[in-house]
Amino acid sequence: MELKDFSWQGYERKDGKLGIRNRILVIYTVKCSEFVADAIVRESKNEEVELIGFDGCTDNQYAVNMLISLIRHPNIGAVLAVGLGCEYVQPQWLAEIAEKEGKPAKWMFIQEVGGTRKAIDLGTKYVQEMLETLKNTPRKEMFMKDLILGAECGGSDFTSGLAGNVVVGRLYDKLVEEGGTAIFEEIVEAVGLDHLLLSRAANEQAKKEIQYTYEKALEYCKDVHQYSVSPGNFAGGLSTIEEKSMGAVIKSGSKPIQGVVKVSCTPKKPGLWLLDSTPDPYWMQFGITNPNDNEGLMDLISAGAHIVFLVTGRGNVVGSAVSPCIKITGNHGTFQKLTDDMDFDASPVLRGECSQEELTLKLADMVAKVAGGEKSKSEALGHKEYFIPYKYQEKEVSFKKKCDICMES
Amino acid sequence: MRGIMEQQSAFQINETDNVATALQECKPGKVQLLGDCTFPYIEAVTDIPLGHKIALRDISTGESIIKYGVVIGRSTGNIPKGSWVHLHVMESIYDQRSSHLDAVTGAPKDTQYI
Repeated sequence: MELKDFSWQGYERKDGKLGIRNRILVIYTVKCSEFVADAIVRESKNEEVELIGFDGCTDNQYAVNMLISLIRHPNIGAVLAVGLGCEYVQPQWLAEIAEKEGKPAKWMFIQEVGGTRKAIDLGTKYVQEMLETLKNTPRKEMFMKDLILGAECGGSDFTSGLAGNVVVGRLYDKLVEEGGTAIFEEIVEAVGLDHLLLSRAANEQAKKEIQYTYEKALEYCKDVHQYSVSPGNFAGGLSTIEEKSMGAVIKSGSKPIQGVVKVSCTPKKPGLWLLDSTPDPYWMQFGITNPNDNEGLMDLISAGAHIVFLVTGRGNVVGSAVSPCIKITGNHGTFQKLTDDMDFDASPVLRGECSQEELTLKLADMVAKVAGGEKSKSEALGHKEYFIPYKYQEKEVSFKKKCDICMES
Repeated sequence: MRGIMEQQSAFQINETDNVATALQECKPGKVQLLGDCTFPYIEAVTDIPLGHKIALRDISTGESIIKYGVVIGRSTGNIPKGSWVHLHVMESIYDQRSSHLDAVTGAPKDTQYI
Protein backbone atom coordinates (compact mmCIF):
# COMPACT_ATOMS: atom_id res chain seq x y z
CA MET A 1 0.00 0.00 0.00
CA GLU A 2 1.29 3.46 -0.92
CA LEU A 3 0.43 6.71 0.85
CA LYS A 4 -2.02 7.78 -1.85
CA ASP A 5 -4.14 4.69 -1.13
CA PHE A 6 -5.03 5.68 2.44
CA SER A 7 -8.27 7.55 3.09
CA TRP A 8 -10.77 8.08 5.91
CA GLN A 9 -13.75 10.28 6.80
CA GLY A 10 -12.82 13.70 8.18
CA TYR A 11 -14.90 16.52 9.67
CA GLU A 12 -15.47 19.44 7.33
CA ARG A 13 -15.23 22.96 8.78
CA LYS A 14 -16.78 26.15 7.45
CA ASP A 15 -13.49 27.38 5.94
CA GLY A 16 -13.06 24.07 4.08
CA LYS A 17 -10.40 22.73 6.45
CA LEU A 18 -10.71 19.08 7.45
CA GLY A 19 -10.34 17.75 10.98
CA ILE A 20 -9.79 14.19 12.24
CA ARG A 21 -11.59 14.71 15.57
CA ASN A 22 -14.75 16.63 16.47
CA ARG A 23 -13.97 17.87 19.94
CA ILE A 24 -15.38 20.44 22.33
CA LEU A 25 -12.82 22.67 24.03
CA VAL A 26 -13.68 23.96 27.47
CA ILE A 27 -11.32 26.88 28.03
CA TYR A 28 -10.61 28.59 31.33
CA THR A 29 -9.30 32.11 30.93
CA VAL A 30 -7.54 32.34 34.31
CA LYS A 31 -6.45 29.87 36.99
CA CYS A 32 -9.41 31.04 39.12
CA SER A 33 -11.89 29.50 36.66
CA GLU A 34 -9.96 26.26 36.10
CA PHE A 35 -11.83 24.27 38.76
CA VAL A 36 -15.22 25.02 37.23
CA ALA A 37 -14.03 24.38 33.67
CA ASP A 38 -12.43 21.11 34.72
CA ALA A 39 -15.64 20.05 36.53
CA ILE A 40 -17.68 20.81 33.39
CA VAL A 41 -15.37 18.49 31.41
CA ARG A 42 -15.59 15.72 34.04
CA GLU A 43 -19.35 15.95 34.49
CA SER A 44 -19.91 15.94 30.72
CA LYS A 45 -18.58 12.36 30.75
CA ASN A 46 -17.62 12.42 27.11
CA GLU A 47 -14.12 11.74 25.79
CA GLU A 48 -14.54 14.35 23.08
CA VAL A 49 -14.87 17.14 25.66
CA GLU A 50 -11.54 18.44 26.86
CA LEU A 51 -9.91 21.12 28.94
CA ILE A 52 -7.33 23.78 28.08
CA GLY A 53 -6.63 27.17 29.59
CA PHE A 54 -4.28 29.92 30.60
CA ASP A 55 -3.34 30.47 34.24
CA GLY A 56 -2.38 34.12 34.34
CA CYS A 57 -4.70 36.99 35.20
CA THR A 58 -2.56 39.35 33.15
CA ASP A 59 -2.79 38.35 29.52
CA ASN A 60 0.04 37.67 27.11
CA GLN A 61 -0.24 37.96 23.33
CA TYR A 62 1.60 34.68 22.76
CA ALA A 63 -0.78 32.78 25.04
CA VAL A 64 -3.89 34.41 23.57
CA ASN A 65 -2.66 33.62 20.06
CA MET A 66 -2.25 30.03 21.12
CA LEU A 67 -5.79 29.81 22.56
CA ILE A 68 -7.13 31.29 19.30
CA SER A 69 -5.12 28.87 17.15
CA LEU A 70 -6.56 25.94 19.12
CA ILE A 71 -10.11 27.32 18.75
CA ARG A 72 -9.51 27.53 14.99
CA HIS A 73 -7.91 24.08 14.83
CA PRO A 74 -9.87 21.75 12.51
CA ASN A 75 -9.98 18.99 15.17
CA ILE A 76 -12.15 21.32 17.29
CA GLY A 77 -15.91 21.45 16.65
CA ALA A 78 -17.19 23.67 19.47
CA VAL A 79 -15.94 25.95 22.25
CA LEU A 80 -17.04 26.90 25.75
CA ALA A 81 -15.01 29.70 27.38
CA VAL A 82 -15.23 29.99 31.15
CA GLY A 83 -13.98 33.13 32.88
CA LEU A 84 -14.11 34.27 36.48
CA GLY A 85 -14.98 37.85 35.63
CA CYS A 86 -12.01 40.06 36.44
CA GLU A 87 -9.13 38.66 34.33
CA TYR A 88 -7.56 40.20 31.21
CA VAL A 89 -8.23 37.27 28.85
CA GLN A 90 -11.75 37.78 27.46
CA PRO A 91 -13.92 34.62 27.20
CA GLN A 92 -16.55 36.45 25.13
CA TRP A 93 -14.01 37.39 22.46
CA LEU A 94 -12.74 33.80 22.32
CA ALA A 95 -16.31 32.55 21.84
CA GLU A 96 -16.87 35.11 19.08
CA ILE A 97 -13.80 33.85 17.22
CA ALA A 98 -15.20 30.30 17.37
CA GLU A 99 -18.57 31.52 16.05
CA LYS A 100 -16.87 33.20 13.10
CA GLU A 101 -15.34 29.82 12.31
CA GLY A 102 -18.86 28.39 12.22
CA LYS A 103 -18.34 26.49 15.48
CA PRO A 104 -21.00 26.41 18.21
CA ALA A 105 -19.69 28.57 21.06
CA LYS A 106 -20.76 29.81 24.50
CA TRP A 107 -19.05 31.80 27.23
CA MET A 108 -19.73 32.78 30.84
CA PHE A 109 -18.36 34.63 33.84
CA ILE A 110 -18.62 32.58 37.03
CA GLN A 111 -19.21 35.80 38.99
CA GLU A 112 -22.27 36.59 36.83
CA VAL A 113 -23.89 33.15 36.74
CA GLY A 114 -23.79 32.73 40.51
CA GLY A 115 -20.76 30.72 41.55
CA THR A 116 -19.31 27.23 41.26
CA ARG A 117 -22.34 24.92 41.20
CA LYS A 118 -24.49 27.10 38.94
CA ALA A 119 -21.59 27.64 36.54
CA ILE A 120 -20.87 23.91 36.32
CA ASP A 121 -24.55 23.11 35.71
CA LEU A 122 -24.86 25.79 33.04
CA GLY A 123 -21.60 24.68 31.42
CA THR A 124 -22.59 21.00 31.25
CA LYS A 125 -25.96 22.04 29.75
CA TYR A 126 -24.13 24.05 27.07
CA VAL A 127 -21.82 21.10 26.39
CA GLN A 128 -24.77 18.69 26.00
CA GLU A 129 -26.35 21.04 23.45
CA MET A 130 -23.06 21.30 21.56
CA LEU A 131 -22.65 17.51 21.50
CA GLU A 132 -26.09 17.26 19.87
CA THR A 133 -25.22 19.91 17.27
CA LEU A 134 -21.89 18.24 16.50
CA LYS A 135 -23.67 15.04 15.47
CA ASN A 136 -24.57 16.92 12.29
CA THR A 137 -21.02 17.98 11.39
CA PRO A 138 -20.53 17.23 7.68
CA ARG A 139 -18.11 14.41 6.91
CA LYS A 140 -15.78 14.35 3.93
CA GLU A 141 -13.26 11.85 2.62
CA MET A 142 -9.77 12.83 3.66
CA PHE A 143 -6.38 11.76 2.27
CA MET A 144 -2.74 11.97 3.37
CA LYS A 145 -2.35 15.15 1.30
CA ASP A 146 -4.88 16.83 3.63
CA LEU A 147 -2.84 16.04 6.74
CA ILE A 148 -0.50 18.23 8.74
CA LEU A 149 1.84 16.11 10.88
CA GLY A 150 4.12 17.40 13.62
CA ALA A 151 7.10 15.72 15.27
CA GLU A 152 9.34 16.26 18.23
CA CYS A 153 11.60 14.11 20.36
CA GLY A 154 11.97 13.85 24.10
CA GLY A 155 13.85 11.50 26.41
CA SER A 156 16.15 10.64 23.52
CA ASP A 157 18.65 7.81 23.68
CA PHE A 158 21.01 6.29 21.10
CA THR A 159 18.10 4.60 19.30
CA SER A 160 16.30 7.90 18.58
CA GLY A 161 18.79 8.90 15.89
CA LEU A 162 19.13 5.33 14.56
CA ALA A 163 15.49 4.28 14.30
CA GLY A 164 12.74 6.42 15.89
CA ASN A 165 13.55 9.71 14.20
CA VAL A 166 14.64 7.97 11.01
CA VAL A 167 11.22 6.39 10.41
CA VAL A 168 9.54 9.76 11.00
CA GLY A 169 11.90 11.37 8.47
CA ARG A 170 11.11 8.71 5.88
CA LEU A 171 7.37 9.17 6.42
CA TYR A 172 7.80 12.95 6.15
CA ASP A 173 9.48 12.47 2.75
CA LYS A 174 6.57 10.38 1.54
CA LEU A 175 3.96 12.75 2.99
CA VAL A 176 5.55 15.74 1.28
CA GLU A 177 5.75 13.86 -2.04
CA GLU A 178 2.04 13.15 -1.64
CA GLY A 179 1.28 16.87 -1.20
CA GLY A 180 0.86 16.82 2.59
CA THR A 181 2.41 19.07 5.24
CA ALA A 182 5.09 18.14 7.77
CA ILE A 183 6.44 20.25 10.63
CA PHE A 184 9.55 19.66 12.74
CA GLU A 185 10.94 21.74 15.58
CA GLU A 186 13.70 22.06 18.17
CA ILE A 187 16.08 24.49 16.52
CA VAL A 188 18.18 24.51 19.70
CA GLU A 189 18.89 20.89 18.81
CA ALA A 190 20.20 21.81 15.38
CA VAL A 191 23.46 23.33 16.62
CA GLY A 192 26.29 22.62 14.21
CA LEU A 193 23.94 21.77 11.34
CA ASP A 194 23.23 25.21 9.87
CA HIS A 195 25.00 24.34 6.59
CA LEU A 196 22.85 21.25 6.26
CA LEU A 197 19.54 23.02 6.96
CA LEU A 198 20.47 25.96 4.72
CA SER A 199 21.35 23.67 1.83
CA ARG A 200 17.79 22.31 2.06
CA ALA A 201 16.08 25.74 1.95
CA ALA A 202 13.41 25.76 -0.78
CA ASN A 203 14.11 29.40 -1.75
CA GLU A 204 15.97 32.55 -0.72
CA GLN A 205 13.33 33.68 1.76
CA ALA A 206 13.34 30.26 3.44
CA LYS A 207 17.14 30.43 3.62
CA LYS A 208 17.01 33.82 5.37
CA GLU A 209 14.39 32.59 7.83
CA ILE A 210 16.33 29.44 8.69
CA GLN A 211 19.60 31.37 9.06
CA TYR A 212 18.05 33.93 11.40
CA THR A 213 16.24 31.32 13.48
CA TYR A 214 19.39 29.22 13.77
CA GLU A 215 21.54 32.18 14.82
CA LYS A 216 18.97 33.24 17.41
CA ALA A 217 19.09 29.77 18.98
CA LEU A 218 22.88 29.52 18.84
CA GLU A 219 23.26 32.97 20.43
CA TYR A 220 20.96 31.86 23.22
CA CYS A 221 23.03 28.72 23.85
CA LYS A 222 26.23 30.80 23.91
CA ASP A 223 24.67 33.38 26.25
CA VAL A 224 23.62 30.85 28.84
CA HIS A 225 26.70 28.60 28.30
CA GLN A 226 24.39 25.65 27.91
CA TYR A 227 23.52 23.53 24.91
CA SER A 228 20.53 21.25 24.70
CA VAL A 229 22.40 18.15 25.82
CA SER A 230 22.54 16.64 29.29
CA PRO A 231 24.58 14.21 31.44
CA GLY A 232 22.04 11.46 30.64
CA ASN A 233 22.62 11.98 26.92
CA PHE A 234 26.40 11.67 27.38
CA ALA A 235 26.09 8.62 29.62
CA GLY A 236 23.91 7.08 26.89
CA GLY A 237 26.67 7.44 24.32
CA LEU A 238 26.11 10.83 22.69
CA SER A 239 29.43 12.68 22.71
CA THR A 240 28.54 16.15 21.38
CA ILE A 241 25.62 18.48 20.75
CA GLU A 242 26.30 18.04 17.00
CA GLU A 243 25.70 14.30 17.33
CA LYS A 244 22.49 14.82 19.30
CA SER A 245 21.40 17.51 16.83
CA MET A 246 21.84 15.23 13.84
CA GLY A 247 19.82 12.53 15.56
CA ALA A 248 17.05 15.08 16.06
CA VAL A 249 17.21 16.77 12.64
CA ILE A 250 17.02 13.41 10.86
CA LYS A 251 13.31 13.35 11.72
CA SER A 252 12.81 16.16 9.18
CA GLY A 253 13.64 13.71 6.36
CA SER A 254 15.35 15.01 3.25
CA LYS A 255 12.87 17.29 1.46
CA PRO A 256 13.38 21.03 0.87
CA ILE A 257 12.39 23.25 3.84
CA GLN A 258 9.73 25.76 2.78
CA GLY A 259 10.45 28.21 5.57
CA VAL A 260 9.99 28.89 9.28
CA VAL A 261 6.57 28.85 10.98
CA LYS A 262 6.07 30.67 14.26
CA VAL A 263 3.99 29.23 17.11
CA SER A 264 0.21 29.58 16.49
CA CYS A 265 0.70 30.28 12.77
CA THR A 266 -0.08 27.64 10.16
CA PRO A 267 2.21 26.88 7.19
CA LYS A 268 1.30 28.98 4.15
CA LYS A 269 1.35 25.98 1.82
CA PRO A 270 2.03 22.23 1.95
CA GLY A 271 5.56 20.84 2.25
CA LEU A 272 8.13 20.59 5.02
CA TRP A 273 8.39 23.45 7.56
CA LEU A 274 10.60 24.28 10.52
CA LEU A 275 8.69 25.47 13.60
CA ASP A 276 10.45 28.11 15.71
CA SER A 277 9.32 27.64 19.30
CA THR A 278 12.11 29.66 20.90
CA PRO A 279 11.25 33.08 22.31
CA ASP A 280 12.29 36.08 20.28
CA PRO A 281 15.59 37.58 21.44
CA TYR A 282 14.54 40.27 23.88
CA TRP A 283 12.76 37.63 25.96
CA MET A 284 15.44 34.96 25.83
CA GLN A 285 16.11 33.87 29.37
CA PHE A 286 17.69 30.80 30.80
CA GLY A 287 15.53 27.72 30.78
CA ILE A 288 12.52 28.93 28.85
CA THR A 289 13.20 27.65 25.35
CA ASN A 290 11.63 24.19 25.61
CA PRO A 291 10.40 23.69 29.16
CA ASN A 292 8.83 20.26 28.59
CA ASP A 293 7.60 17.83 25.94
CA ASN A 294 3.98 18.93 26.16
CA GLU A 295 4.92 22.47 25.33
CA GLY A 296 6.58 21.20 22.16
CA LEU A 297 3.53 19.16 21.21
CA MET A 298 1.24 22.12 21.87
CA ASP A 299 3.41 24.34 19.64
CA LEU A 300 3.08 21.85 16.77
CA ILE A 301 -0.69 21.58 17.29
CA SER A 302 -1.02 25.38 17.38
CA ALA A 303 0.58 25.34 13.92
CA GLY A 304 -2.23 23.08 12.73
CA ALA A 305 -0.87 19.55 13.24
CA HIS A 306 -3.71 17.00 13.12
CA ILE A 307 -1.51 14.32 14.71
CA VAL A 308 1.77 14.71 16.60
CA PHE A 309 4.64 12.23 16.89
CA LEU A 310 6.65 12.06 20.08
CA VAL A 311 9.83 10.09 19.48
CA THR A 312 11.29 8.86 22.74
CA GLY A 313 14.09 6.39 23.41
CA ARG A 314 13.78 6.33 27.19
CA GLY A 315 9.98 6.43 27.11
CA ASN A 316 7.28 8.95 27.94
CA VAL A 317 3.61 8.60 28.82
CA VAL A 318 2.09 11.96 27.85
CA GLY A 319 -0.60 12.66 25.29
CA SER A 320 -2.14 15.94 24.23
CA ALA A 321 -5.33 17.93 24.06
CA VAL A 322 -6.73 18.79 20.59
CA SER A 323 -4.64 16.35 18.50
CA PRO A 324 -3.80 12.67 19.07
CA CYS A 325 -0.19 11.88 19.98
CA ILE A 326 1.55 8.82 18.53
CA LYS A 327 4.55 7.78 20.63
CA ILE A 328 7.40 6.10 18.78
CA THR A 329 10.46 4.40 20.22
CA GLY A 330 13.46 2.76 18.60
CA ASN A 331 14.29 1.07 21.90
CA HIS A 332 12.73 -2.38 22.03
CA GLY A 333 13.20 -2.63 25.81
CA THR A 334 11.32 0.64 26.30
CA PHE A 335 8.53 -0.54 23.99
CA GLN A 336 8.12 -3.74 25.99
CA LYS A 337 8.34 -2.07 29.38
CA LEU A 338 5.89 0.75 28.52
CA THR A 339 3.76 -1.27 26.15
CA ASP A 340 0.48 0.31 27.36
CA ASP A 341 1.84 3.75 26.50
CA MET A 342 4.05 3.35 23.45
CA ASP A 343 2.29 3.21 20.08
CA PHE A 344 5.03 2.25 17.64
CA ASP A 345 8.14 0.09 17.88
CA ALA A 346 10.77 1.24 15.37
CA SER A 347 13.42 -1.20 16.60
CA PRO A 348 12.87 -4.15 14.18
CA VAL A 349 14.89 -2.26 11.58
CA LEU A 350 17.92 -2.25 13.91
CA ARG A 351 17.78 -6.02 14.19
CA GLY A 352 17.49 -6.38 10.43
CA GLU A 353 13.97 -7.84 10.79
CA CYS A 354 12.41 -5.44 8.30
CA SER A 355 13.46 -2.76 5.85
CA GLN A 356 13.16 0.95 6.53
CA GLU A 357 10.58 1.10 3.73
CA GLU A 358 8.36 -1.56 5.36
CA LEU A 359 8.59 0.17 8.71
CA THR A 360 7.68 3.54 7.16
CA LEU A 361 4.54 2.13 5.55
CA LYS A 362 3.60 0.50 8.85
CA LEU A 363 3.78 3.92 10.51
CA ALA A 364 1.72 5.42 7.63
CA ASP A 365 -0.89 2.75 8.26
CA MET A 366 -1.03 3.66 11.96
CA VAL A 367 -1.38 7.36 11.07
CA ALA A 368 -4.29 6.59 8.73
CA LYS A 369 -6.02 4.49 11.39
CA VAL A 370 -5.65 7.15 14.08
CA ALA A 371 -6.79 9.80 11.58
CA GLY A 372 -9.80 7.60 10.87
CA GLY A 373 -10.81 7.61 14.53
CA GLU A 374 -8.86 4.79 16.16
CA LYS A 375 -7.46 5.98 19.47
CA SER A 376 -3.75 6.30 20.04
CA LYS A 377 -2.53 4.75 23.31
CA SER A 378 -2.42 8.08 25.16
CA GLU A 379 -5.91 9.01 23.89
CA ALA A 380 -7.33 5.70 25.09
CA LEU A 381 -5.73 6.25 28.50
CA GLY A 382 -7.27 9.73 28.73
CA HIS A 383 -4.05 11.72 28.47
CA LYS A 384 -5.06 15.26 27.46
CA GLU A 385 -2.12 17.36 28.59
CA TYR A 386 -1.62 20.94 27.47
CA PHE A 387 0.81 23.72 28.33
CA ILE A 388 0.24 27.38 27.54
CA PRO A 389 2.91 29.60 29.11
CA TYR A 390 3.77 33.26 29.09
CA LYS A 391 6.24 33.83 26.26
CA TYR A 392 7.07 36.48 23.70
CA GLN A 393 7.20 35.80 19.97
CA GLU A 394 6.60 37.83 16.84
CA LYS A 395 4.05 36.39 14.40
CA GLU A 396 6.53 36.45 11.51
CA VAL A 397 10.27 35.78 11.49
CA SER A 398 11.38 39.22 12.73
CA PHE A 399 15.06 39.29 11.65
CA LYS A 400 15.72 41.45 14.71
CA LYS A 401 18.94 41.00 16.63
CA LYS A 402 19.28 41.49 20.34
CA CYS A 403 21.53 44.52 19.77
CA ASP A 404 18.91 46.08 17.43
CA ILE A 405 16.42 45.91 20.24
CA CYS A 406 18.82 47.56 22.68
CA MET A 407 19.21 50.39 20.14
CA GLU A 408 15.44 50.81 19.85
CA SER A 409 14.76 51.03 23.55
CA MET B 1 27.08 -12.50 31.10
CA ARG B 2 26.09 -12.82 27.50
CA GLY B 3 25.89 -16.30 26.02
CA ILE B 4 28.87 -17.12 23.86
CA MET B 5 26.70 -17.61 20.77
CA GLU B 6 25.02 -14.22 21.03
CA GLN B 7 26.32 -11.88 18.36
CA GLN B 8 27.75 -8.47 19.24
CA SER B 9 26.59 -5.86 16.74
CA ALA B 10 26.91 -2.17 15.87
CA PHE B 11 24.96 0.06 13.48
CA GLN B 12 26.64 2.20 10.82
CA ILE B 13 24.28 4.89 9.53
CA ASN B 14 26.13 6.28 6.52
CA GLU B 15 28.82 4.64 4.42
CA THR B 16 31.13 7.65 4.93
CA ASP B 17 30.95 7.32 8.75
CA ASN B 18 34.13 6.55 10.68
CA VAL B 19 32.17 5.39 13.75
CA ALA B 20 29.30 2.93 14.36
CA THR B 21 26.89 2.68 17.33
CA ALA B 22 26.99 -0.41 19.58
CA LEU B 23 23.59 -2.13 19.79
CA GLN B 24 24.72 -4.19 22.77
CA GLU B 25 27.45 -3.77 25.33
CA CYS B 26 30.45 -5.06 23.38
CA LYS B 27 33.57 -6.80 24.67
CA PRO B 28 36.85 -7.02 22.72
CA GLY B 29 36.27 -9.37 19.79
CA LYS B 30 34.20 -9.72 16.68
CA VAL B 31 31.36 -7.18 16.19
CA GLN B 32 28.87 -7.57 13.37
CA LEU B 33 28.14 -4.36 11.45
CA LEU B 34 24.57 -3.50 10.37
CA GLY B 35 23.12 -0.60 8.38
CA ASP B 36 25.01 1.13 5.54
CA CYS B 37 28.24 -0.64 6.41
CA THR B 38 31.39 -0.85 4.36
CA PHE B 39 32.49 -4.21 5.79
CA PRO B 40 30.54 -6.95 7.61
CA TYR B 41 32.59 -7.17 10.82
CA ILE B 42 34.95 -5.13 12.93
CA GLU B 43 37.24 -6.29 15.72
CA ALA B 44 36.56 -4.40 18.95
CA VAL B 45 39.78 -3.74 20.88
CA THR B 46 38.17 -2.17 23.98
CA ASP B 47 34.83 -2.47 25.78
CA ILE B 48 32.13 -0.43 24.03
CA PRO B 49 29.13 0.48 26.23
CA LEU B 50 25.61 0.15 24.78
CA GLY B 51 24.73 3.06 22.50
CA HIS B 52 28.32 4.29 22.39
CA LYS B 53 30.57 4.58 19.35
CA ILE B 54 33.27 2.28 18.00
CA ALA B 55 35.97 3.58 15.61
CA LEU B 56 35.69 1.95 12.19
CA ARG B 57 39.26 2.94 11.27
CA ASP B 58 42.30 4.58 12.85
CA ILE B 59 41.47 8.25 13.48
CA SER B 60 44.30 10.67 14.19
CA THR B 61 44.31 13.74 16.43
CA GLY B 62 42.23 16.64 15.09
CA GLU B 63 40.38 14.56 12.50
CA SER B 64 36.63 14.91 12.10
CA ILE B 65 34.38 12.29 13.67
CA ILE B 66 31.72 11.40 11.08
CA LYS B 67 28.30 9.93 11.88
CA TYR B 68 25.14 10.29 9.74
CA GLY B 69 27.60 11.39 7.03
CA VAL B 70 28.17 14.67 8.89
CA VAL B 71 30.83 16.03 11.25
CA ILE B 72 29.72 15.50 14.86
CA GLY B 73 32.97 16.65 16.47
CA ARG B 74 36.75 16.23 16.28
CA SER B 75 39.20 13.85 17.86
CA THR B 76 41.46 15.05 20.68
CA GLY B 77 43.83 12.10 20.47
CA ASN B 78 44.76 9.19 18.25
CA ILE B 79 41.89 6.71 18.19
CA PRO B 80 42.81 3.15 17.17
CA LYS B 81 40.39 1.20 14.95
CA GLY B 82 37.96 -0.85 17.04
CA SER B 83 38.18 1.30 20.18
CA TRP B 84 35.60 3.29 22.18
CA VAL B 85 35.02 6.87 20.91
CA HIS B 86 33.60 9.30 23.48
CA LEU B 87 34.35 12.41 25.55
CA HIS B 88 37.84 11.19 26.48
CA VAL B 89 39.03 11.24 22.84
CA MET B 90 36.71 13.71 21.05
CA GLU B 91 35.08 17.10 21.55
CA SER B 92 32.32 19.29 20.19
CA ILE B 93 33.27 22.11 17.84
CA TYR B 94 30.66 24.32 19.58
CA ASP B 95 30.14 23.23 23.15
CA GLN B 96 33.35 23.64 25.18
CA ARG B 97 31.79 22.43 28.39
CA SER B 98 30.94 18.93 27.24
CA SER B 99 34.58 17.93 26.76
CA HIS B 100 35.09 18.44 30.51
CA LEU B 101 32.38 16.01 31.57
CA ASP B 102 33.03 12.57 32.99
CA ALA B 103 33.36 10.13 30.08
CA VAL B 104 31.41 7.35 31.77
CA THR B 105 28.66 9.11 33.72
CA GLY B 106 28.47 12.39 31.78
CA ALA B 107 28.46 14.21 35.13
CA PRO B 108 29.89 17.76 35.21
CA LYS B 109 33.36 18.14 36.75
CA ASP B 110 33.36 21.95 36.60
CA THR B 111 30.60 22.65 39.15
CA GLN B 112 31.69 22.57 42.78
CA TYR B 113 29.70 20.70 45.41
CA ILE B 114 31.13 22.04 48.69
